[in-house]
Amino acid sequence: MPQLGETVTEGTVAQWLKKPGDSVEKYEAFVEVSTDKVNAEVPSPVTGIIRELIVKEGETVPTGTPIAIIDDVVAETTPAPNGSASPAEQVAATLRQAQGDTGASKAEANHQASDEPVPGGNVGLSGPSYSAPANNGASNGAPAGPNGVRTSPAVRRLAREHSVDLASVRGSGSNGRITANDIIAAAKAGPSAGVAATIMATAAPVAPAASSGGATARVAARAARPGDLIPLTQARKIIAQRMVESKHTAPHAWTMTEVDVTNVWKWRAREKDAFEKEYGVKLTLLPFFIRAAVESLAAFPLMNASFTDEGIRVHADVNVGLAIAAGGNLVVPVIRHADQLSIRGIALAAGELIDKARRNRLGADDLAGGTFTVNNTGANGSILSAPILVPGQTGIVTTEAVVKRPVVRDDDSIAIRSMMNVCMSLDHRVVDGAVASGFLSDLKKRLEAMGPTGSL
Amino acid sequence: MTATAQQQTGVTMTNVEAVRTTLYDALKRDDRVLIMGEDVGARGNVFLITKGFLEEFGEQRIIDTPLAEASIVGVAIGMAMEGLRPIAEIQFADFIYPAFNQIVGEAAKTRYRSNGDYTCPLVIRTPYGGGVRGALSHSVSIEALFYHVPGLTIVAPSTPADIKGLLNAAIECPDPVLFLEHKKTYRSVKGVVPSGYYTIPIGKADVKKAGTQVSVVSYGYNLHQALDAANRLEGEGISVEVIDLRSIRPMDKGTILASVRKTRKLLIIHEDNKFGGIGAEISAMVSEEAFFELDAPIRRLAGPDVPAMGYALPLEEEFMTSTEEMVDAMRELAKF
Amino acid sequence: MAKTTATRGRELDRAGLSDEQLVAMLRNMLLQRQLDNRGFQLNRQGKIPFALGSEGHEAVQSGAAMAFKRGQDVLVPYYRDLGLALGVGMSPFEILSSLFARQTDRSMGRQFPNHYTNHDLGVLSISSIIAGHCTHAAGVAAAFKYRGEPGRAVICSNGEGATSQGEWHESVNYAAVHCLPIVFLVQNNEWAISTPQDRQMKVANVADKAPGYGLPGAVCDGFSPVATYKAMHEALERARTGGGPSIVEAKCYRFLSHSTDDDDRTYRSREIIEERRKLDPVPRFEQVLIEAGVIDEAHAKSLKQDVLRETNEATDAAEAQPYPTTESLYTNVVAADYHPWQEFA
Repeated sequence: MPQLGETVTEGTVAQWLKKPGDSVEKYEAFVEVSTDKVNAEVPSPVTGIIRELIVKEGETVPTGTPIAIIDDVVAETTPAPNGSASPAEQVAATLRQAQGDTGASKAEANHQASDEPVPGGNVGLSGPSYSAPANNGASNGAPAGPNGVRTSPAVRRLAREHSVDLASVRGSGSNGRITANDIIAAAKAGPSAGVAATIMATAAPVAPAASSGGATARVAARAARPGDLIPLTQARKIIAQRMVESKHTAPHAWTMTEVDVTNVWKWRAREKDAFEKEYGVKLTLLPFFIRAAVESLAAFPLMNASFTDEGIRVHADVNVGLAIAAGGNLVVPVIRHADQLSIRGIALAAGELIDKARRNRLGADDLAGGTFTVNNTGANGSILSAPILVPGQTGIVTTEAVVKRPVVRDDDSIAIRSMMNVCMSLDHRVVDGAVASGFLSDLKKRLEAMGPTGSL
Repeated sequence: MTATAQQQTGVTMTNVEAVRTTLYDALKRDDRVLIMGEDVGARGNVFLITKGFLEEFGEQRIIDTPLAEASIVGVAIGMAMEGLRPIAEIQFADFIYPAFNQIVGEAAKTRYRSNGDYTCPLVIRTPYGGGVRGALSHSVSIEALFYHVPGLTIVAPSTPADIKGLLNAAIECPDPVLFLEHKKTYRSVKGVVPSGYYTIPIGKADVKKAGTQVSVVSYGYNLHQALDAANRLEGEGISVEVIDLRSIRPMDKGTILASVRKTRKLLIIHEDNKFGGIGAEISAMVSEEAFFELDAPIRRLAGPDVPAMGYALPLEEEFMTSTEEMVDAMRELAKF
Repeated sequence: MAKTTATRGRELDRAGLSDEQLVAMLRNMLLQRQLDNRGFQLNRQGKIPFALGSEGHEAVQSGAAMAFKRGQDVLVPYYRDLGLALGVGMSPFEILSSLFARQTDRSMGRQFPNHYTNHDLGVLSISSIIAGHCTHAAGVAAAFKYRGEPGRAVICSNGEGATSQGEWHESVNYAAVHCLPIVFLVQNNEWAISTPQDRQMKVANVADKAPGYGLPGAVCDGFSPVATYKAMHEALERARTGGGPSIVEAKCYRFLSHSTDDDDRTYRSREIIEERRKLDPVPRFEQVLIEAGVIDEAHAKSLKQDVLRETNEATDAAEAQPYPTTESLYTNVVAADYHPWQEFA
């Protein structure tokens, strides 16, 4: 049944002009069809013999319904458009073709059309596909987040509202995009899911914050099972990036010294209970160490510098970064102007940063501007580490485990002393062995001069 | 359906039948109502919408006008200013341009320029849209030309029940209404129409399918395709919300924004050319008012920026957005 | 002083009008001239930015207004119809409120001057779109017929320039086909801004086109209020009694530039204008009435003083009115009380 009008959806066979057995020429009228808009004689699509009249006179059928079968006498010269064998198909198909069909073949054609490359981008599907959100972000001009990650307004707002760190969220959207639902899920999962942005890690096993013990390491260990392929979180990606950048930029040299911390340990032991009672913050060896370190940095300013193409920038400020592990990642919050702080001040600043890190509250200000880094690898029992520099810094020192060892003293007596190795990686573009060892020796001297009493 | 609709018995009918029965009822109900246009009388309208009306209501009320669109609308404006409720028909939306002056320069401004001393309760009905092999001058969409004009109301219902409710509302409306009927849906869309008199508020969209992952706004023939596409995607576990805009101006910001707040992703589909189409206004409005809700750029599927769809079937199909394209766009947006 | 055919000898062709009616016409012409002038004065004083003069149209407009039946007919004017507006009952205060764009203007300061609206008096609101209003005029007439209201007619008024617009043609054609109660008054003042009549049409008279529509057409002396009254009365009565539409072309002249924004020295010669000024209908009709003994010099003088007083009072009163508020900008775009609008404003 042909479609005889713009909005016609059905037609009535008004009168058959041929009967079965009649021959019919191509374009010869063989049936009269009426619709509510118009009556028309329908020309035959082929030359042949009428085999069967399917629809009776007076019967109404939807457009596209086969109404007759004509045996196509010269099959080779009038092939069916869609290549089907049956003559009935041919007739129906020809009519469909001629009049416009909304059936499956059209759907196919549409699908094919959309597979073809879109010229100029404004035909059919308007605009380029945005399945690569990074590209779309670029054309959108969406400002990059703290890590160069492009985020939608909803994602940024939700992350802000729920204090979720974007760097820690794994994106489930197209091309790894972080979606709003990802943020909502992350917010529900809790603080272990969120970590601060600037990432750094040591080559040694991840060292947790001084008093968190091995808890985080155990969590991390539990998460990884043999045979797993763990998808990369945003944070892990960035850590990896920064590690590679650091190692490939700064030629790392390494040195170490061993420090007798017996006295400073005693001093610490004497102070820690009162300190903790008064400030609610644990007093570890770290602030003593940092105090000594900043004094050594004052004596060896090249250790508090950065290599640039324009020259070696010796920093005016001494901002000491602490490598802290939280939530399976490392963060390096910074104690700003550590050189101006007392041991107490350093302890409090460090305590606050560690607490913030644990609660996911580290902000950009907490993480920016470090000039030198300390990593307490000893907390996990390490006695030797080869840390990787924070990009842009010249030195990173580790405080290894404090181990009681028999040592030979100056007067050749043997004593049991608390010994702590201090390892250091350095940027060999900026300093050489003389400066590096000089710094470490200086640091050792100061540390060994501290305690067993003193003022915090 | 709104509170004003009467959900008693309903009758299944097509879109064109809904127009016809609503006009008939209006003529019977209100003596001030009359219909004027080309071929509306003896011919009963080229889609047979007013067939038999001339015989029943007479030539004073069913007026076969001269072939002159400016005066079809202009004379109707005068009638409306004088207190009648004329329904002017423009035979195809493609023919409306000579009447543009009267619609935009006169009807839209009558109340404003006289500060309410005169009003213009006029309905202009016209079939629009393609997909019927109508080619360059029987297929255009015109809403973008008019929706810019304050003082004009434009509605484009897509289902029989909505047609009846909105046409009644348009006739009741004390200001000029452009009533758009998608001709491809005339006979191909059927639905249940409640019996009895009811109106649907102008300016209220309708969520035809609720969903959670993507909001789709559309109207006309596209609306039905969008519903098809959305239903198919249910099978893939993708939940798409389809909003039938129904009213182009005033536009239902509230329903659109509520949906975007829920799904955070918006796809606007209209048959009209993309540049400057309805989608542009919706996009601007949503990004102004719901910027921080958006989890993806607002997307528009629309007609290409060419003057009109061609007569040849491939040209028409290329112009019109297919259901498959809609499925792809919705899926892509859901997965963004 | 040239005498028109209407005043040959002492016998005045008053076309059945009483003395009072004749004097009323004169007064209307005087008031129109005075108000017209006042517009220019205010513009030159810097008090209003725009004025549109109608000097030369006083006779045709007072004559047509006299034929208009208040309370029954509707006037669809154009922007030079000051006299018609006054003649059908609008007040100088309303006119000046419009010139000053004050709140008391019916359009609340929205419309350009001379774009009158007064639903109570039957003056249809118009836009500045030339001939846009003609279709509305036909529509109003169609409504009269639709409601079966005999005795009512519409005056559609415009200049000869408007007759070039498609919409004038469509309106006349529609009215003719449907035999509507309407008179198409064409005030032919020979100029459409700078376009003279022979650049506007090929025929000498617009009324010559009437048979082309199957309509009667008449040319009348637009400088004679009585002659215009006669022609308009006949046409309106034809319309009111079911005789259908007609075209009445009143020949007059535009003595001034199109408006205060136009300078006709760039396209018209002073000599021609001076020549046509000699036919100025206002002093001429005054003279006609004096010579016919309808009024005397003193009466004429007192009319003029009265008109001046009325104009002055209206000017002061209108000038003292406030401007429309900025909030008013947003009102009456669409009906405020139609409930869908309330719901979704």
